[in-house]
Amino acid sequence: MIRVPLRPLAHILAVRSSGGNPDDIEKQNVNQRYITYTDLTQKRAERRLFFVGIMFLISFVLVCARMTVLASSEVSSVLTEVSPSNLISQRSNILDRNGNILATNLPTFALYARPQVMIRPQLAVKKLIKIFPDLNAKKMLTDFTGQKTFLWVKDKLSPEQRQAVHEIGEPGLMYGPREMRLYPNGRFASHVLGGTRFNNQSATNADMVGSAGVEATFNNYLSDRADEGKALQLSLDLSVQAAVENILGGSMNIMRAKGATSIVLDVITGEIITMVSLPDFDPNNRQIEFAGDDANNNPLFNRAVQGVYELGSTYKVFTVAKALDLGLVDPETEIDVFRKTNILGTAVRDDHYKVPKLSVTDILTESSNVGTATLAAKIGKNNQISMLKDLGLFHPTEVELIEANGITPLKPKKWIDSSTVTISYGYGLSMSPLHLAVAYATLINGGYKVIPTILKQDNKDLGRRVISAETSNQLRKILRSVVQRGTATLGNVEGYEVGGKTGTANKQKVGARGYDNDRVVSTFVSFFPVKSPRYVLLVSFDEPSYRGGKEKNERSAGWTAVPVAAEIIKRIAPLLNLRPSSETDQVVQLGR
Amino acid sequence: MTEMVYGTVKHSSAEPSLSKWLHSIDRWSILCVLTLFGIGLLLGLSSSPPLAEKNEYSPFYYVYKQVVFGSLALSCMFIFSTLSKTSIRRFAVLFFLVTFVALALLPVFGTDFGKGATRWYSFGLGSFQPSEFLKPVFVVLSAWLIAESQKINGPPGNFISFFIAMLITILLVIQPDFGQAMLILFGWSVVYFVGGASIVLLLIIAFATICLGFVMYSISEHFRRRIDGFLSVDIDPTTQIGFVSNAIREGGWFGVGVGKGEVKWSLPDAHTDFIIAVAAEEYGLILVTVIISLYITVTIRSLHRLMNKKDPFARLAGVGLTAMFAMQALINMGVAVRLLPAKGMTLPFISNGGSSLIATGIALGMLLVFTKLEPQGDVRDLLVKRRKGL
Repeated sequence: MIRVPLRPLAHILAVRSSGGNPDDIEKQNVNQRYITYTDLTQKRAERRLFFVGIMFLISFVLVCARMTVLASSEVSSVLTEVSPSNLISQRSNILDRNGNILATNLPTFALYARPQVMIRPQLAVKKLIKIFPDLNAKKMLTDFTGQKTFLWVKDKLSPEQRQAVHEIGEPGLMYGPREMRLYPNGRFASHVLGGTRFNNQSATNADMVGSAGVEATFNNYLSDRADEGKALQLSLDLSVQAAVENILGGSMNIMRAKGATSIVLDVITGEIITMVSLPDFDPNNRQIEFAGDDANNNPLFNRAVQGVYELGSTYKVFTVAKALDLGLVDPETEIDVFRKTNILGTAVRDDHYKVPKLSVTDILTESSNVGTATLAAKIGKNNQISMLKDLGLFHPTEVELIEANGITPLKPKKWIDSSTVTISYGYGLSMSPLHLAVAYATLINGGYKVIPTILKQDNKDLGRRVISAETSNQLRKILRSVVQRGTATLGNVEGYEVGGKTGTANKQKVGARGYDNDRVVSTFVSFFPVKSPRYVLLVSFDEPSYRGGKEKNERSAGWTAVPVAAEIIKRIAPLLNLRPSSETDQVVQLGR
Repeated sequence: MTEMVYGTVKHSSAEPSLSKWLHSIDRWSILCVLTLFGIGLLLGLSSSPPLAEKNEYSPFYYVYKQVVFGSLALSCMFIFSTLSKTSIRRFAVLFFLVTFVALALLPVFGTDFGKGATRWYSFGLGSFQPSEFLKPVFVVLSAWLIAESQKINGPPGNFISFFIAMLITILLVIQPDFGQAMLILFGWSVVYFVGGASIVLLLIIAFATICLGFVMYSISEHFRRRIDGFLSVDIDPTTQIGFVSNAIREGGWFGVGVGKGEVKWSLPDAHTDFIIAVAAEEYGLILVTVIISLYITVTIRSLHRLMNKKDPFARLAGVGLTAMFAMQALINMGVAVRLLPAKGMTLPFISNGGSSLIATGIALGMLLVFTKLEPQGDVRDLLVKRRKGL
């Protein structure tokens, strides 16, 4: 680089010689340099400004391009909606054996209040009471005007109710999305289904838990989201259940009974086709205030599995079955019944027949206490106990209902001789109707142990053999004759061969020892068709009383449970795909 | 004779001042700014109700607020645009001192409004963010110092301005407000760059900035989360940026319709930092393109007019102000389209705001002064060149 001096000697000398100020030369040069410098910076600044401008332009265009790409891209559906709650189908449906819905879910709303943001709490309470008369106005008013910041008002709202609450216009009333359990069939099968309640309520969600029935038993399965949508299929048949429930309900009213229960059981698989307990309830609204003192009469109480009763003469079959199975007797064996009123030291008597001897078949058709007790004495205490035990009568049934848990039949603490005698004809052993139905199924299905179930079974192996097939066959014939010519003649249904055994048991006195003659439990256990049994039907009434145009009130099973059972069979046999068969003598008659 | 004795009637040979202003000012930029402000009001009508509802104001509270502050801002812009360069410089230096002290005292008197950063002074009527006002006046100050340093026997302006920039940056990082700190550094860098910085030095500064970024990343949790969120490929749809991306997608080319957007309900900052999402969702790409074009127009026009400037101070101050204005818009929109990591930055004149809007108005007013058409000493140039040529 060539450095140009600010004070070139030649110039200075020249100026000096002409008498000028040499400093001007320097000033002039400095000025010249500054001008050159600003020129340079000006040029550089122009270049750099251009560069800055280009960079900004590129950046803006980049942003715009990126925006275009974004705007043209597909909206991913996941992003579009932020779901207000994720409680879609949180609980599986419950179906009957044909796939009809017994329980499902319905989106609904729960009503809650935030008193701190309420404008006119008094007015809100007044209007809420109009919509929900069951609410407690006084308590609500103290809640709404107090220090509470949050409280639940109502679990479930129908759309109409929600609209009505909307129209109050109170901003402090809010809605939490819910899924409510809906039982579209109302009262039908209420005891089997049970019910649900909300647990862990929050403004946006609530857990549903089963509070009774299969809802409680299978709570984990139903609320497991891993198998979401997989329904629980029960063995119940909705149409059969409805028919039975209707008939039973109607007849219970006619007989002014305190309660009634009925079970239809598949004798091979142990599937419960129908289970009715009356009085019943609506599982959609389980809040029932029951004031009575006897828990048995609570509508929520499932008589079929929870109630244990002395079911009377229906037990006689067990003794007869054991005697036949042991080969001690055959159906035609004549048993002396006339003079024997004292058996194993226990007084036994019958009052409705006066014959000296009865065949084993007739002991059941006539329902002879003396005859049964004689047979019991014959087989002995141990055989009787083993028979009852084999039939599952000393243990809880294994049915999948939470109410059945731990319901063990009540048996004598000490099994003395008189126990053997009384239990043989129905007193001293209390069991649930389901126990009885299962025992009958075992006896008449060929002798295989039946384990009851509420779930639909596709293939179920036969159970352990309890009695021989021959004995089972003999029992079927004997029980058929009970209907043909014995205590249950009203149970004959044209086209369907019905067999069964009645039982009318006096109830124990309340608060005193002994039995009451006016209060009975009338039971009829039947099965059909006799030749190859498919179903056991149990009908039982608690304290029926039926005049039916006669002089005195009829209470015995033959007049109460039996005709009802016949009516039920008439109605449900076609529903169960059973074809009516013509009995032979009728064919002969037609041919004449 | 009378005239010879008493002189003629006073008569200025120059144009009337308003007419002069109108002719010399960058009218197109003013038009762009007014349009931007109008768009801001339009978007405010959409974005105001959700937030107003949350804060229990009347639905269009934020629109009224925008009108009030916007009018103030535009008034400031017009008033400042009538000042001379010297007045602007004097104002900038004085106001810089005020805002700098205010910034320095923030840790003592400031409030954080529960947002985790102490950036505001709270007054009864509104809040005041010193860094917003500091930005433009700092740039003018820097431009002055750097321009002076180029004069004969000038002060060491480069160094002084850099020192001030670092001081401000430190104060801002303490708050912490990395966005403003970056903007300050960026503004200074552009001024310095145009002012004739050596490329080597600029590279060193860039490198230092990157290093600082890494240090911040390892120290600050807040900072790290932002960066991580930016670097991850998948957008979490429940984050702010997820809502924004989705809004832009929903909007498509022509938008979902006025007032029908959803994003404003999900984003707490829909009226300020993410106003562009509301624009994109409800009015579509069309409006976004218009907005970007307006910013481009202001930026490029200003830079182009500055290129002819002979006055180094006006050139540098102008380019600094333009750069900050453009950069702020770029960062805001760049964040929305995920070109940049999430950073709270308002969109000039469109975002709802109080003090920031006024500060932007002042900045634009000063910029308009620097981009005014004025005699550029062309005659002198001619003479110099002729002399050179001799």
